[in-house]
Amino acid sequence: MTGSIGMLYDQLRPEERLLIEAAKRKSLRLGLHDSEKLYLDIKNTDQEELFEEIVLQRCLSYFRSVHLTSLLENKGITVINSSKIASVCGNKLLASMKLEEANIPTPHTVVAFSIEAALKALDEVGYPAVLKPVVGSWGRLVAPLRDVESAKAILEDRENMFPIYQIYYIQEMIQRPSRDIRCFVIGNSVVAAIYRYAPKDDWRTNTARGGHVESCKVTSNMEELALRAAKVFGEGVYGVDMMESENGLTIHEVNYTTEFRNSVPATGVDIPGLMLDFAIQKVRK
Amino acid sequence: MPDYKCQDCSADVQVPSDALDGEIVVCPDCGLELQVKKKPTGEIELAEVTKEKEDWGE
Ligand SMILES: Nc1ncnc2c1ncn2[C@@H]1O[C@H](COP(=O)(O)OP(=O)(O)OP(=O)(O)O)[C@@H](O)[C@H]1O
Repeated sequence: MTGSIGMLYDQLRPEERLLIEAAKRKSLRLGLHDSEKLYLDIKNTDQEELFEEIVLQRCLSYFRSVHLTSLLENKGITVINSSKIASVCGNKLLASMKLEEANIPTPHTVVAFSIEAALKALDEVGYPAVLKPVVGSWGRLVAPLRDVESAKAILEDRENMFPIYQIYYIQEMIQRPSRDIRCFVIGNSVVAAIYRYAPKDDWRTNTARGGHVESCKVTSNMEELALRAAKVFGEGVYGVDMMESENGLTIHEVNYTTEFRNSVPATGVDIPGLMLDFAIQKVRK
Repeated sequence: MPDYKCQDCSADVQVPSDALDGEIVVCPDCGLELQVKKKPTGEIELAEVTKEKEDWGE
């Protein structure tokens, strides 16, 4: 199916609906693939025929996304974002290491594997600090650790959870305003940016936790930093999250299946349309 | 687009005419996420979205 674009999903959210509508506006045929209805053979049978040449990966599940994208790539299909991007960006530790290695400002981060070691690490990082699951999103289980007592209580709670929650990813708490910034990167450009404001009753700025968004003017500083971060992971579509710290902007996360339902009305930028344009460019002539 | 009611606040929720089974629509008033369930008859029902999974995200 040369020349057409497809989209993989597990939950069809407003983002995917916006992509469907953008494709209609462009008279582009967008093939829809429900990941739960598929099974794929690791042999290169004719299964590439099931898909388009370029496929947008929009699965919410990190594990599914990485595995499914790898299978498609093995069949010669170009997936946006690639399995390499997804596997690294979807894991906060792997992503932080990449940012650090590239000398991109990012919060001081330490990882420990037991409560005892985590408490020692916290002594070094200092309070308040932030504990995050290495896989996960929407601020889920991202916890401020204000002092030793609350740190112990929170860490003990994690001991009874799925093993991934016992990878203690601990970060210095950045003294930021009650907002952070997300820059939308598509290919080589920053197409829009938003401020994410924390709701009254939460420290986190995630819209999934009730935060609200406002348009943010892209400064040359933000642009340079967001593009540098995107380059570290490879050409793709990203939501680069940064905070305004005392020492300037610092990047805490690079999202690889970024949401934009609130950002489109806030900024007036046709993010889904630009994503499709980016995909179209990749279709072999 | 026919209108449906939000289960929480009974505001009108729009469902695209070509909505797919399982598609998630959002109440414009209270932000509740609702999932489109298509019955074999073609009729549409809205159900509250089940809990998010641990590895879900952006
Ligand atoms: N080191 C930090 N210091 C201060 N605030 C932080 C720090 N790291 C994250 N935050 C804030 O915590 C919240 C959640 O963080 P983060 O974005 O890393 O989590 P997430 O679960 O991956 O969310 P998403 O990917 O949906 O943005 C955000 O409001 C962010 O600004």
